[in-house]
Amino acid sequence: MNGTIEPMVGRYVHVEIDGAMHRIYFEENGAGIPLVCLHTAGSDGRQWRHLLADEEFAKNFRIIAFDMPWHGKSNPPANWRGEEYQLTTARYTQTIRAFCGALKLDKPVVMGCSIGGRIVLNLAIDHAAEFRALVGLEAADFQAPWYDTTWLNRPDVHGGEICAALVSGLIAPQSPQASRMETLWGYKQGGPGVFKGDLYFYRVDGDLRGRVEAIDTKVCPLYLLTGEYDFSCTPEDTKRTAAAIGGARVEIMEQLGHFPMSENPEQFRRYIAPVLGEILTQSIPTRQGVHV
Amino acid sequence: MTPLSDAPDAAVIKAFAEIPALLERTPALVVRGRFLDCDCLLGPMGRPFHVSIRAGRITDLTQAPVLMRSWRFSYRATPAAWAEYWQALPKPGWHDLLALTKRGEAVLEGDLHPFMAHLQYFKDLLALPRLDAATVSS
Repeated sequence: MNGTIEPMVGRYVHVEIDGAMHRIYFEENGAGIPLVCLHTAGSDGRQWRHLLADEEFAKNFRIIAFDMPWHGKSNPPANWRGEEYQLTTARYTQTIRAFCGALKLDKPVVMGCSIGGRIVLNLAIDHAAEFRALVGLEAADFQAPWYDTTWLNRPDVHGGEICAALVSGLIAPQSPQASRMETLWGYKQGGPGVFKGDLYFYRVDGDLRGRVEAIDTKVCPLYLLTGEYDFSCTPEDTKRTAAAIGGARVEIMEQLGHFPMSENPEQFRRYIAPVLGEILTQSIPTRQGVHV
Repeated sequence: MTPLSDAPDAAVIKAFAEIPALLERTPALVVRGRFLDCDCLLGPMGRPFHVSIRAGRITDLTQAPVLMRSWRFSYRATPAAWAEYWQALPKPGWHDLLALTKRGEAVLEGDLHPFMAHLQYFKDLLALPRLDAATVSS
């Protein structure tokens, strides 16, 4: 009997964040330009498994997806005593930069989705020179809230069920059933209060209205891609954000929702391949006719 | 079959009245709601239905008004919203119960605990006419 082994490998790196050591799990595949992928709130790096396993992308990119602390296989730090988890802009930024530094990545591309898309904007504002390109999926400077996050973590409501049920509506109806269920499974497996803690960054601490105008895309190119079925970060939210940033590239993705890379990997590939191709071309200007 | 989006309000009311029978033909959804006992108000904005749910089954569905009938929560949407929600491929922003509340086409009121604690159950329950329409047209 033969088994199929996927090409990505997983390892742990010990990273100091905010004065405490964190054991961060990451998976990677490929060689070339570092491409760091950030998962959505309340989920983990498994959302990127199709991109990680993409043979064509892996020829030119070192694709890396890590689990944020408290998510997936990255535990809370050893000094955690049970306090409520709360992600802040400063902590999120520090985590990404510390991870990239620990792996000694040379001007990586960072691609993030949802909260990952929001923090990408913050990286573009404050740390653009450190990155080769930034890609925000389902990203905007702000979006109107549509539910009360206190429902996400209370003893009389099942946390996994409510988190998955809430985000289920953000998946496009065209997405394959298996991919839909896998995307929701990530939410059902999240630790108690983690999705809610991530949304502190999204809802309270990470409002970038009035700041994105400072982004200089000549220092670091910025791509914003949003699914047409995302009613949390709507296409209008992304287009409004992009309109305030000179040189930002924006694309609305048909038949996709809030989780493009996991809810419908094939459809997402149609949109992300040209972006990665352009980044590659810009990185190797002498190389002509590059296709990914 | 007449597209639901062009149908008059009567079609929405008729579709709602068929939900209990559709639920009985969906045993996995009954199992999902097995711990749910609730009297709620669901349906079109102007003429919703009082719905009694016991152990995940609808035991009574009566169109409002019913004299002095209590309910714990209500989810009411415009007939146009229901018609769009029940399309085989709903348009973006019309494809989810909470997308409809966000766009102001639906209203969620009352004690929300039973709704939130059984959110996927209610999403699936109120989508049953969509599945039924897809079955009929296929």
